[in-house]
Amino acid sequence: MELIKLQDIYKTYHLGEVDVPVLKGVSLSVAQGEMVALMGASGSGKTTLMNILGCLDHPTSGRYWLDGQEISGLSTDQRAFVRSSKIGFVFQSFNLLSRTSALENVIMPLSYTQQGISDREAREKGSDLLRLVGLGDRLDHEPSQLSGGQQQRVAIARALVNHPPLLFADEPTGNLDSRTSEEILQIFQKLNVEEGLTIILVTHDSGVAHHARRSIHIHDGMIQTGAFAANDSSQKSKEVLP
Amino acid sequence: MKFHSRTLRTAFHALRRNKMRSALTTLGIVIGIAAVIAMMEIGNGSSKAIQRTIASMGADILLVLPGAVASGGVSFGGGSAMNLTPEDMEAIIRECPAVRAVAPIVRARGQVVYGNVNWVPANISGTTPSFLDVRDWDVGEGEPFTDHDVRTAGKVCLLGQTIARELFQGDSPVGKDIRVLNVTVKVVGVLAPKGANMVGMDQDDILIAPWTTIKRRVSRASTNQNVASAQSSTNQVNTLSALYPGQVSLYPAQSPTQAANTPLPVRFTNVDQILVAAQSSTQIPAAINQITQLMRERHRIHDGQTDDFNIRNMTEMTKALASTTILMTRLLLCVALISLVVGGVGIMNIMLVSVTERTREIGLRMAVGARGRDILRQFLVEAVVLCMLGGTFGILIGRGSSMLVRTVLHWPTELSVGAIVAAVAVSVTVGVVFGYYPAWKASRLDPIEALRYE
Repeated sequence: MELIKLQDIYKTYHLGEVDVPVLKGVSLSVAQGEMVALMGASGSGKTTLMNILGCLDHPTSGRYWLDGQEISGLSTDQRAFVRSSKIGFVFQSFNLLSRTSALENVIMPLSYTQQGISDREAREKGSDLLRLVGLGDRLDHEPSQLSGGQQQRVAIARALVNHPPLLFADEPTGNLDSRTSEEILQIFQKLNVEEGLTIILVTHDSGVAHHARRSIHIHDGMIQTGAFAANDSSQKSKEVLP
Repeated sequence: MKFHSRTLRTAFHALRRNKMRSALTTLGIVIGIAAVIAMMEIGNGSSKAIQRTIASMGADILLVLPGAVASGGVSFGGGSAMNLTPEDMEAIIRECPAVRAVAPIVRARGQVVYGNVNWVPANISGTTPSFLDVRDWDVGEGEPFTDHDVRTAGKVCLLGQTIARELFQGDSPVGKDIRVLNVTVKVVGVLAPKGANMVGMDQDDILIAPWTTIKRRVSRASTNQNVASAQSSTNQVNTLSALYPGQVSLYPAQSPTQAANTPLPVRFTNVDQILVAAQSSTQIPAAINQITQLMRERHRIHDGQTDDFNIRNMTEMTKALASTTILMTRLLLCVALISLVVGGVGIMNIMLVSVTERTREIGLRMAVGARGRDILRQFLVEAVVLCMLGGTFGILIGRGSSMLVRTVLHWPTELSVGAIVAAVAVSVTVGVVFGYYPAWKASRLDPIEALRYE
């Protein structure tokens, strides 16, 4: 089943009088349960594509279905709702709230989505997720007391708190050393295999991309390779799904 | 509710993350509110004290004077008629609700002698004990005379400071006998000092005694030099028996026949003035109306006829009083507003800094699903919480400092509940008004830009 389907996406920025086309007719699809790397040099339109995929921005033209829902025409508030319910974000620079415990950081998104949830439930949920990423003993540590790898794990737990089907990781290992990067990527793989989470890794590092089953290469606003899953990989991912 | 408590908790948490900055921001509001409360309380106290002082100078006093008598085209001037009676006075206090107290005035002029010292007081007034109430005058030493003294024309008097000083030169006059126009009266008390009045007359140069004493014993003595003749004037209608029943009558009561034979009193007991204190200075116009109506009725004046009496008020003083009050209120309001605006601008500045500083946080919150209005609400709530905290501390500090001022400097202060309510309302308003712009700015951030902000 396709979780993401892009059809002829164009994105043009207007800088004064000049129109700068960034995406020039991108079509791609990602199946549920896939782990895909989105690769491209800087200036290739990789970030713009990710912003559109992550519902942070809307395309100039073209259509985008996420989980069967047409996204391209939604308003800002509707996109915020889609982000909160369907997408988790992991950033290169972690973006944790300073002077706030790991647990508080993880349950922060709940205040915008599950307002009915009680404090105890939220905290239980948060500590479960932190245990999942291997930080069960650091619930009350603040970001400044955690290493980079640990901070990124907190960020991953935060991305998962709303049970999104889709996880975006924007250069998740960009600020980490190679050993820690490996650990983080293993967590992603584990989530992909065990939880059936669809993961899109945005990176320019082919070493990172190798952890994904498929790489989508973007160059000059157009997809070069990997826009659609080869049959065998989608078969494989289906086997993983329960 | 749960949701609001979470927003509130988020706000508190955000403020705690930056304790120092929050504290400094709040300081502006704390000082503002504290200044408002302290100024209001001290100002209210001073205002009340000033009003009391002006009132004690006689701002709420009305003077009812008899009208003028003219004979053959020659007017004898204001107060020459003798048509104010003690009953008029009784009626005024009984029937005019805007009147707090009344006192009659019977004037006399003459020499006062003690031992080998003599003095001519500027003012010898016969009155009742309520005179002290009307004039807001205390007895500094000794006791005031009583209603019983008035009823029995008791030979007692109170002295003003000036007379006491002139006659007794430092000794205590209380209990001593002095002679007032050759009538011996006993000094029962000395009035507290009052000083000069608005036109510079020494108000302490006064002797007051029961008006019956002045009327029956002193004035009579001075005009007739013959006390016996006063006691024999049986054709006089004695209005005192009606007013103060049970007294030992100096004069035989009228028989019904006599009363029927003399439908109009040949001569009745008059008083020179009636001093009226209104309930408050704002009630003065009401009191004037009520007294005018009552007096016209009592004196049987038909519509169209002119009054046979005059009512004077201290317009000048009343105006001074009103303008003082207004001035004080406005002054306080200005001070309060300025400090609050300063506090509010402080809050806005810090919130703007905070928005800039937390751009990435805002971007993150938006990325995980916060809508613009969630961000707006969060920043607004933060600003309001800051202002509320500031308001609370401000009220405590303001109350504290006004109490300190009262105990240390002995300034009069007055608890102003209105100021506290206003301070809370204003601090919330300041929070909303000055917090809105930064919050709005934050809510308009583009999540993509905000996340990339360094």
